[in-house]
Amino acid sequence: MILEGKKRVWNEYQKEIADDKYFYARSCIRQNFFPGAEKTFLQIMRNELGKEVYDDPKHTTCTGIAYHTDIIPLETIMTVVARQFSLMSESGYENYVPSCITSFGIYTEILELWEHNPELEEKARDFLYKSTKREFKKPKNLAHASDVIFKFRNEIAQKAKHRLVNCNTGEPLRVIEHIGCHYARMFPHKGVGGAEYPYVLAGLAESFGGEVVDYPERRTCCGFGFRQYLVQANRGYSVACSKRKFESMAPFNPDVIITNCPGCPYFLDRWQYVISEMEGKIYGQNGHGIPVLTFEELAGLMMGYNPWDIGLQMHQISIEPLLDKIGIEYNMHNKYCDAEGNFMGKPEIPELVKFY
Amino acid sequence: MPDYYQQLNADIRFKEGLRACINCGTCSAICPAGAFYNYDPKKIATIVQNRNEEALINLLKSDTIWYCGECMSCKTRCPRGNTPGLIIMALRQLSIESGLFVESEKGRQILALKRTIGSNILNYGYCVHVETVSPEMHPEQGPIWKWIRKHAEKVYNRLGGNYNKLGAGALRKISDEDLAELDSIFHITGAHSRFDKIESFSKKKASEMGYDTKQEAMDPYFLMVYRHDSGTHFKNKA
Repeated sequence: MILEGKKRVWNEYQKEIADDKYFYARSCIRQNFFPGAEKTFLQIMRNELGKEVYDDPKHTTCTGIAYHTDIIPLETIMTVVARQFSLMSESGYENYVPSCITSFGIYTEILELWEHNPELEEKARDFLYKSTKREFKKPKNLAHASDVIFKFRNEIAQKAKHRLVNCNTGEPLRVIEHIGCHYARMFPHKGVGGAEYPYVLAGLAESFGGEVVDYPERRTCCGFGFRQYLVQANRGYSVACSKRKFESMAPFNPDVIITNCPGCPYFLDRWQYVISEMEGKIYGQNGHGIPVLTFEELAGLMMGYNPWDIGLQMHQISIEPLLDKIGIEYNMHNKYCDAEGNFMGKPEIPELVKFY
Repeated sequence: MPDYYQQLNADIRFKEGLRACINCGTCSAICPAGAFYNYDPKKIATIVQNRNEEALINLLKSDTIWYCGECMSCKTRCPRGNTPGLIIMALRQLSIESGLFVESEKGRQILALKRTIGSNILNYGYCVHVETVSPEMHPEQGPIWKWIRKHAEKVYNRLGGNYNKLGAGALRKISDEDLAELDSIFHITGAHSRFDKIESFSKKKASEMGYDTKQEAMDPYFLMVYRHDSGTHFKNKA
């Protein structure tokens, strides 16, 4: 598709994203594997943009992974979602921002379901009251955290200390953007740019000066597949999907993969390590893998935050080649230190993929 | 004999998922599961659209309904607004509720999911928790995960965590009061009842398959369903 056509499609899929006062819901996967990304989102929103974001200790999982592994009924997830909305209403907020893409899909689906089937909303209200004595209001605005960062991308880019540009050549870095399946596949009109040509990450990468790479398997799933990863016997499905993407993107020599779903960066990071161990194949340049970033980590790096304060030491695929290209200075000793600067020791080095 | 089609038709996801399939195969072309497993979402739509009770029962007993990854790629592309992924979710629910899930290798895995994801929700308030993602069950996590787990409290607390403590932050402890609300929701909405069914049908099957079910946790059966792959499911056989 020619660029002009893409821009026309993107214009048709714009969504309303609230301007301030957000109720933030953490992600099961992101807080375990990329906790620094959630910290960075809050830091950018509060300290750089001066926005109000509430991080309520009382909220929990939305149970989306349980729902998509089929172990709980629809009624259960609807009621847990109703409880999350109740916490939002109780604390005086109307704009709901989940960290997780599966959650964003769940909230979108349930709100649509309630709109078309009011008896299901009544059922959820009844279950919630019976089980917790709680009541709730539905959010006025629902946006994924990547939508919010997209909304303020130009303000963030203006404050940024770095750009997605090779500091030695002046050329833009080549960016693979990977969108989580449940961002817009089910409800394309709820995602910036729709499902076929989503712009939420492409727009962010462009605002930092990066060049977005188009490649054949661009819209293929990372391979989470819920039960297809969570049960050990099924993990071949998951790694095979990711491999299909790596094989397709590798000829374009990408410098970095960016993601908006918490699961995708985890799989695109870990499966590169696994493929190197299983097949001796390494997809990145010079024996390193292709670095993978969450959208919050990307924004934090561009803002000049210390890479080890935003959690890039939790990646199995080393991030240093990307830092070197951008010209970001880093302290290797500090990488494996705690918050007080005490050295904790280094992880083991993988057999094949280069690691710092 | 229960009327399975009638039960399927009562599921809102089945009604939303199947409008009128024209058998064009667009879903089959886009499906990641179809590229890996012996799986074709178009065939699923055909079987349920035909309302053949015997074919439906065979489907509920089969590995086939467990191959889908619920990525919902089919929803975006179907020219008729069907969603085979939603049909699958309704079929899986029926397979679990009727106990037919234990008749297939992939269906039996539901026990592993209930005992991992289900337990995490009730114990930690989240579907996943660093303490239960062991390197033994997750070798793909690599050496970095062993390092993170070894220094968990310090690593998480540097990165905005509030590890295992009450109050806001990543990996915080969810209060007993909030966990009790989740537990109550699970009770009222039928999740606990489904968990009980998964355990009881699995126990019966474990016994039929010759596993020792006297051990409370049925560990050998659990590990078998979690780890065993018969190698019969793949599209491209080695």
